[in-house]
Amino acid sequence: MSSSRIAEHVRNIPRSGIRDFFEIVQSMKEVISLGIGEPDFVTPWHIREAAIYSLEKGKTGYTSNLGSPRLRRAIAKYVEQHFDVEYNPHDEIIVTVGVSEAIDLALRALLNPGDEVIYHEPCYVSYSPSIQLASGVPVAVATRAEDEFSLKASDLEKVVTSRTRVLMLNFPTNPTGAVMPLEELKKIAAFAIKHDLVVLTDEIYSELTYDDVPHHSIAALPGMKERTLFLHGFSKAFAMTGWRIGYACGPADIIEAMMKIHQYSMLCASIMSQEAACEALERGQRAMERMKEEYRLRRNYIVSSLNEAGIPCHLPKGAFYVFPDISGTGLSSKDFSLKLLESKKVAVVPGTAFGPCGEGYVRCSYATGMDQIKSACERITEFVRDIPKQVS
Amino acid sequence: MDSLIRILKQNSAIPRADLARQLGVSETELAAKIAKLEANGTILGYHAVINREKWDTDTVTAVIEVRVTPEREGGFDRIANRIAGFEEVQSVYLMSGGHDLMVVVEGGNLREVASFVADKLSTIDAVQSCATHFRLKTYKENGMLHAVEEAPERLSVSP
Repeated sequence: MSSSRIAEHVRNIPRSGIRDFFEIVQSMKEVISLGIGEPDFVTPWHIREAAIYSLEKGKTGYTSNLGSPRLRRAIAKYVEQHFDVEYNPHDEIIVTVGVSEAIDLALRALLNPGDEVIYHEPCYVSYSPSIQLASGVPVAVATRAEDEFSLKASDLEKVVTSRTRVLMLNFPTNPTGAVMPLEELKKIAAFAIKHDLVVLTDEIYSELTYDDVPHHSIAALPGMKERTLFLHGFSKAFAMTGWRIGYACGPADIIEAMMKIHQYSMLCASIMSQEAACEALERGQRAMERMKEEYRLRRNYIVSSLNEAGIPCHLPKGAFYVFPDISGTGLSSKDFSLKLLESKKVAVVPGTAFGPCGEGYVRCSYATGMDQIKSACERITEFVRDIPKQVS
Repeated sequence: MDSLIRILKQNSAIPRADLARQLGVSETELAAKIAKLEANGTILGYHAVINREKWDTDTVTAVIEVRVTPEREGGFDRIANRIAGFEEVQSVYLMSGGHDLMVVVEGGNLREVASFVADKLSTIDAVQSCATHFRLKTYKENGMLHAVEEAPERLSVSP
């Protein structure tokens, strides 16, 4: 058996549901995809131009393991300005290959085999596998539509044990667009302090909150900086997914431990991407605001269209996803997505790809051009209208 | 109102129903807002941005730097308005620096523009001098790039 060549802990991780779906979509032509978890915008020209300039200047070597000092200083300044937490660029910040690497490093640095990690579902597809690959035990807490998928501290109390070491947060959330109200975030901070947990907060969508809803980082709450790893990056707000630059800010001992793994596995993030990231932080605000405004308009459009089509959909306050409730159609998330794809050539992602509690929902990304969103909404409306006929 | 103007500035041809949905207002409310902006002179008009390499390739555009003697009463305004009145003139700006007015002129051919400069513009009393520069090629106009880039390929589904 060739499968026995593969290590057990890797074999035990199921194939990603999103991967299966991707392959079906890939085999079809002329599909309008609302299934894409990355900005449709190309990285703003001034950032690309800065990377070209750095290549012209011959910046092609390694950087410090922690990331270039210039970028770490820029990150410290940006995080202080926008999140109200001060980090020392010398030893409290590490630049990683996307937030994904930062999550992996953090979990590997923090977990002993069998340690439990609480995270909330529906969530980004990598959390549970990353915990397992770091020999941890994933403990999911379901969030609910009636709370607009924000997290309740009382639900955390139900699953915490003496083996719980880490709490993972992701607000605004992929796939629900949920944000955390400050009052509840304070209760979660108190929970983390009470049980002496390290909080891993993935705030990759933090710039993307709409309608003047403020973003609060748990790292900024009293008593939290010393037990929080703040994870952020450039992919979403600056439309830089392919550059693969993320960072972690946190207590020096944890950053040092993460650096130990990073230096032997990755060495450092690509220097040209780091140069581009500096430009994004120093001069990218305007272009970012422009993209954000565009997302807001698209969100309004898609939410209003889906509700009119008879698919209840709350107006999410962050990220670039809507997470409508399709249970009224009588179809499961997977059947809804497959049938919509087959009959109308519109790709959405079944909610179950983000955890079992995503059943009854699908994720639609509005990081797609307005024209495509419009056509997709028309097709979804037709699809929903025709469902009763299909069932009978 | 800011979002509305920004969108119209970028694409004034956007269907009003789509625009209303994006802004989260009814079509009637939207029509009233636009009518108000038109009535109070905030929106002066709507244009298409034409790729000159594809249409109207013979048209000649010139940017003319004009130095004028300002008047005791009225400064540059009266003379600027006088120049702006000519049909050939597309834009007139009061500038800081080495010249006073920048005038953008369009004509069917070189002779038309030349004759406008020689016969009309430079013969105005207050005009001291004109430096005429002809447009050779357009790369970007009104925020629109003229070379159409193909959109890079994206994954069809990603987490």
